[in-house]
Amino acid sequence: MDFEYAPAPESRAVVDIRPSYGLFIGGEWTDGSGGDRRKTIDPATEEPLAEFVVATAADVDRAVAAARAAHDRVWGPMPGRERAKYLYRIARIIQERSRELAVLESIDNGKPIRESRDVDLPLVAAHFFYNAGWADKLGHAGFGPDPRPLGVAAQVIPWNFPLLMLAWKIAPALACGNTVVLKPAETTPLTALAFAEICRQAELPPGVVNIVTGAGETGRALVAHDGVDKVAFTGSTDVGRQIARTVAGTRKRLTLELGGKAANIVYDDAALDQAVEGVVNGIFFNQGHVCCAGSRLLVQESIADELLGRLRTRMATLRVGDPLDKNTDVGAINSAEQLDRITALSEAGELEGAERWSPPCELPERGFWFAPTLFTGVAQSHRIAREEIFGPVLSVLTFRTPAEAVEKANNTPYGLSAGVWTEKGSRVLWTAERLRAGVVWANTFNKFDPASPFGGYKESGFGREGGRHGLEAYLDV
Amino acid sequence: MSEPTSTDPISTAPPGTGRIGVRKTYKLFIGGAFPRSESGRSYVVNDAKGRFVANASQASRKDVRDAVGAARKAFGAWSERTPYNRGQILYRVAEMLEGRRAQFVDELRAAGQAKSAASTEVDQAVDRWVWYAGWADKLGAVVGSANPVAGPFFNFSTPEPTGVVGVIAPDSPLLGLVSVVAPAIVSGNTCVVVAAEPAPLPAITLAEVLATSDLPGGVVNLLTGRRAELAPWLASHMDVDALDLAGIVSGGAELEEAAAGNLKRVIRPGSGDWSEEPGTARMTAFLETKTVWHPVGV
Repeated sequence: MDFEYAPAPESRAVVDIRPSYGLFIGGEWTDGSGGDRRKTIDPATEEPLAEFVVATAADVDRAVAAARAAHDRVWGPMPGRERAKYLYRIARIIQERSRELAVLESIDNGKPIRESRDVDLPLVAAHFFYNAGWADKLGHAGFGPDPRPLGVAAQVIPWNFPLLMLAWKIAPALACGNTVVLKPAETTPLTALAFAEICRQAELPPGVVNIVTGAGETGRALVAHDGVDKVAFTGSTDVGRQIARTVAGTRKRLTLELGGKAANIVYDDAALDQAVEGVVNGIFFNQGHVCCAGSRLLVQESIADELLGRLRTRMATLRVGDPLDKNTDVGAINSAEQLDRITALSEAGELEGAERWSPPCELPERGFWFAPTLFTGVAQSHRIAREEIFGPVLSVLTFRTPAEAVEKANNTPYGLSAGVWTEKGSRVLWTAERLRAGVVWANTFNKFDPASPFGGYKESGFGREGGRHGLEAYLDV
Repeated sequence: MSEPTSTDPISTAPPGTGRIGVRKTYKLFIGGAFPRSESGRSYVVNDAKGRFVANASQASRKDVRDAVGAARKAFGAWSERTPYNRGQILYRVAEMLEGRRAQFVDELRAAGQAKSAASTEVDQAVDRWVWYAGWADKLGAVVGSANPVAGPFFNFSTPEPTGVVGVIAPDSPLLGLVSVVAPAIVSGNTCVVVAAEPAPLPAITLAEVLATSDLPGGVVNLLTGRRAELAPWLASHMDVDALDLAGIVSGGAELEEAAAGNLKRVIRPGSGDWSEEPGTARMTAFLETKTVWHPVGV
């Protein structure tokens, strides 16, 4: 039998990208007031995909006013059981259009179709379906008999899981009775704009969801707007800090889901092949553009050589390339800017004395690409052990005792996630108890579910998304 | 306020007649010990009629630093105590406070309260410790969860203490103080508290209660001094994880901004009626939710 590679590209024909998009405000497509437009490109080819509006402060003002009116007149007074039905409708439309949205996500973001199809889109639909059910049961959620919404939520999301982050933000906000103004990232606006069309198909009342596109300035105008009651942000810790300063001293509630530098701890009794799969999934899933990526491998010294041998063998089988090829494991880096950052930090790793290794790997000529990369001999002081790289770069450190593993794992200002690999149940729980991180994956990694709270300790932010806990961010409690 | 009592900090007997009272030196409470301010400074605390009561220590930036160090050092062991054990220790605090009722009533009266109000406040403070003590081994059940995820995984969420909490205590010198300290420590946090500036003495006497309640040194650290001087250092300290601004009247925005430096969890200033049943908000504000996933299989 011949197992040679043959491409299996997903068809682009299911997607209809318009040449240009307006802002979605008050249920209508509108032009921006400023006339400034940007292009979003396909990071795998650098071809422009569409133009979008850079919303000005005046546009943001209109969007907030639309959200306020919708909240006060329609969405706030509406019984929860009716709100629920809109959310169920949205969940169903997402399921119906999921192939189209998966292809669109892969084109705009660069992530492999295998992931957008099998991870992002099913979770997007699940988040709406899950939160829909809360809308008429909020009195049973543990926040008092009749918890009230906050009002208008300003939501700013990143480019790594564009539609999934939208779902994490919009679904609970709407279920709790808030209306939203959401700003997608400037490199990945297309699925959010497609979502605006889904709101229209669902006949969601105008103004309940407003989508304003733009870059940093638009985001700043949105979170600083006096008319918003709640700010939710997912993105870098630096921007999170700026937002926390902006919101200081106001009535606005704030939740932040920020950066991470997760440790993935492999003990000497771990099931090694499973651990290798988990380590690979932990750092190479979504090109490592994951805030909870397992970017520091902490391996017990006695098994380090064997584990790293198996890891290198496994990494050599990763297929890097066309995001729409169903064989692809690692897609395109989302932007030139992000590629520069990954490149610079990797160079810093070499300069500081760590040993760099990548499997032989042919990268396409156009587009933004970075080969899966492993650094060994990493010290805790190295930048590649401390700073979030947000790319397919794994830093390997070793430890001798469980106490040392925990100490090294916690030696970071971040605290979003961590992994533990051991066959011993008591060691799983002992380690999980001591890790200062909001999500601990034991003998697994990078699992997500709308019923499972997600969010960080320390400088990875505060507040939780998902589950009963996630409702608190959108209720006046 | 005219009748002196046996524990009145100031002897009102005429000079040279009768026994001379032994006054108490009011110091800080850091790491389980009672040091003076490293700055050597003190400030005069008068009673409601303007008569001298004591020189309270005027804590400095370096005292804040030392207190944060003590709180960080105490955090690991305190957070690893069983909830049952923490509950017993908080209940022990209530017992010790009850035993010193008269002393606290006198100090509150010296701070200007009428006898019945002072007595009520001490009762409420004791009861508040009892209330929070009972929460220690129930919080996890109330705010934790087993999460029904769509896959072969056991997934559970548990609350964990945030870490070191900076507390700017409200003016209510005993009940307000207890109402901000107890919810912070019951879940395993440790804290650095700036006591009520106008009436700091009950806080230091409360420290004597804490020191005799099997509460490990460093879990609660109490500083007396100027809020305006101390609060900014606490708010910007990179090893403080959370901040309760209960006692801040103005300048809260600047403190919140400083707290953003390491993304502290912040309870904003608010005018509260400390005599009401508190609810769980002050506890949950300083809890982190940890979610653990494990596959289910054979």
